[in-house]
Amino acid sequence: MKKSIRWRLSLIALSVVVAVFLFLPSTPLTTQLPQWWHQSVPKISLGLDLRGGSHLVMEVETDKAVEASVDNIAADLQTTAALQSLSVTFTRTGQDVTAKFADTLEEKVEKLIKDTYAILEYKSRTKGELVYGLKQAEVRRLKENAVQQALEITRRRIDKYGVAEPSIYKQENDQIALQLPGIKNPQEAIAFIKTAGRLEFKMLNTTGDLQQALAGKGPADSEVLYGEDVDQSGKIVRSPYLVYKQTMLTGDRLKEAKVGIDDRGRPAISISFDGQGAEIFGRVTGENVGKQMAIVLDNVVYSAPRIQDRISGGDAQITGSFTHEEAAKLAIVLRESLPAPMKIIQNVTVGPSLGQDSINKGVRAALFGVLVVVVFMVVYYRMSGLIADYAIILNLVLLLGAMALLNATLTLPGIAGIILTIGMGVDSNVLMFERIREEIVSGKAPRAAVDAGYDKAFLTILDSHVTTLITAAVLFMFGTGPIKGFAVTLSLGIMINLYSALVGTKVIFDIINSKWKLEKLSI
Amino acid sequence: MLHILGKTNIDFMGWKNVSFTIAALFITLGLVGVVQVGRQKANLGIDFVGGTTVQLSFKQALQVDQARAALEENGFQGASIQEVGEGNTILIKVRETEGTSDKIQTVFKQEFPNNPYDPDHMQITEIGPVIGQALQKDALRALVVALLAIIVYIAFRFEFKFGVAAAFATFHDIMAVLGIFYILNWEINLLIVTALLTLAGYSLTDTVVVFDRIRENLKKTKRDPLPKLVNNSINEVLSRTIVTSLTVVLVLIPLALFGGDVLHDFSIALLMGVIVGTYSSIFVASPILVVWHAKAGGRLIGK
Repeated sequence: MKKSIRWRLSLIALSVVVAVFLFLPSTPLTTQLPQWWHQSVPKISLGLDLRGGSHLVMEVETDKAVEASVDNIAADLQTTAALQSLSVTFTRTGQDVTAKFADTLEEKVEKLIKDTYAILEYKSRTKGELVYGLKQAEVRRLKENAVQQALEITRRRIDKYGVAEPSIYKQENDQIALQLPGIKNPQEAIAFIKTAGRLEFKMLNTTGDLQQALAGKGPADSEVLYGEDVDQSGKIVRSPYLVYKQTMLTGDRLKEAKVGIDDRGRPAISISFDGQGAEIFGRVTGENVGKQMAIVLDNVVYSAPRIQDRISGGDAQITGSFTHEEAAKLAIVLRESLPAPMKIIQNVTVGPSLGQDSINKGVRAALFGVLVVVVFMVVYYRMSGLIADYAIILNLVLLLGAMALLNATLTLPGIAGIILTIGMGVDSNVLMFERIREEIVSGKAPRAAVDAGYDKAFLTILDSHVTTLITAAVLFMFGTGPIKGFAVTLSLGIMINLYSALVGTKVIFDIINSKWKLEKLSI
Repeated sequence: MLHILGKTNIDFMGWKNVSFTIAALFITLGLVGVVQVGRQKANLGIDFVGGTTVQLSFKQALQVDQARAALEENGFQGASIQEVGEGNTILIKVRETEGTSDKIQTVFKQEFPNNPYDPDHMQITEIGPVIGQALQKDALRALVVALLAIIVYIAFRFEFKFGVAAAFATFHDIMAVLGIFYILNWEINLLIVTALLTLAGYSLTDTVVVFDRIRENLKKTKRDPLPKLVNNSINEVLSRTIVTSLTVVLVLIPLALFGGDVLHDFSIALLMGVIVGTYSSIFVASPILVVWHAKAGGRLIGK
């Protein structure tokens, strides 16, 4: 055999062996392979549409985190004012703090604010009123922190679900993306992850008109919140409460939350505040003895007990009709409450059986497609068709190997991409064979015809591959998950095709020509 | 040698008036489709307009009417429901988002307690409107970038006139398939846009085969009038363009027939694209070359 033939043949054989070594652990045959093989090789991973699982994108409502922070600042300022016996009320308006007082006290109030919080800056004033807001840098910091915290809390909450290889990452615009492959109970998990655990204590508005408020004409400083109870038949019953919008205290100051029992023996959640929180709690309860305080969790009123006495220890209990499991979950969520609520803006969930179904259908269609093309090539181009068929197989093997090497993700459109690669790839051979046929008709001997055919067809084949690659590249740039998978398999397949269709098949022709002096080419 | 077509001598350029009329029709159809998509009046997938689709497989067959009634009673008006695939599966599509998939699941759990759905066979897609808008913009940008890149590449490898003719044929192909989808009121979503981009790339490969031959013949015979030369070129590569398209069609048919619901429309779009792409290399790209050259004068050099 000529030297160059031997070189080329060895190269092809080597690339096949490497490719098979690389992709075998990614196939169902992996169970029959020894551990070391299985572990030393990067794998083709399956996209969620084939594996089953959820892909979620959540948006952290960072504005609410800022508002919560300002709520706390207002409450804190109020406490400090009380300690100094200064008669002023601090409330949150939007993302600012508004202080209302008698004219004469303006200087004292200003001093109080400046001394306590350096992050507040002056916004505006009118008679008896000062408005202060957070500095821009502080707002930005709060928002970034909120997203970062939400990210970590979400990560921890997902851990409790035992999802293999979850993937959680930040995206732009305060968004968090989650991939939960193979998750069994997406509805439940999503509900758990989303639960903000935002605890607020608000005073009940017993003077305002509930009916008016329900009709939307209630007092400006109050809102209607609902309590949820489960009646005998298991249906959820909602009862309305009119509460003041101003939040007295939030769960940010919680030190501890655990499951306990209320005085009726039902599961409840015992909470305790930290030092500052306990002080605020003490002040609020002290100022409102005899009034009802609503305990609000994620905008649902859990209970509205009447304050008997000033509570100075910072301990309280949240009661309601929960099961032990629900109480436990709520305790988790309170201990690590989300800094801001999260909105689900994208949810793509595929059941695992559906995913497996898709794989089966895709693979079956691919095999069938390969079969049809293989038969056609043999019928139309006879022996040469057989050579083209071997190129198809070579192309597939190398493609799978490349995907394993690059740790590519296979998606359902990705399988379509592989199928297309086969159909488009074989075109390279069609173009060559048609060219060779032309050369034979024009009188050239078989060997010369083959050489001329490859030569002249090469540029056309290159051009057609580049154009397909251009669109695949655009798809990769602009596409999302499954579509990226399609772009990847198509691009890889087309690039590898240049090698398998040209180098791979030319070698065979050369071998045939050198071994047997051909008079006629079977093409 | 087995030949699909023997030596042919069809006067393709002679039909150019008919070709241009048909091409104009397709392009108009496509443009109408584009406008309607822009006005959100076409059958757009939730990828683009936001919304929720839930696919549920029930133990026993659930009638579409029953499902619709259950949804309406629970606040979901105007849901689009259809039966899909096998196995008592229905696909529900609604405009609402944000937790809707949960609510819908709850509706079916409550209303049909004796006919549960299989959570392992469920598929949910919930897309907020903001993301939908972003995806629309991305899809449009992708199409424009692809077309520009194509013009640049072909102009670089051939000549400017070739580049524009090829790009125009590709544009025609995208419009034709989009137009057909619009007329048939089939859903246009991200996968279909992917199919459009892919067929653009493929249509070009077919056009390149024809243009390559035209260029080669231009170098050889400088005397023939252009229409005759183009005709001969096309006739020479006719069986080649048909066979290359045939192989792709052969591979796509099994995919369309039993590749599953998700890929069904996608493969049909590609099939249409391959057929139209072959047709456009002969009946759109080439005649444009001839007419432009005739009008503009000058020499068409084989580069």
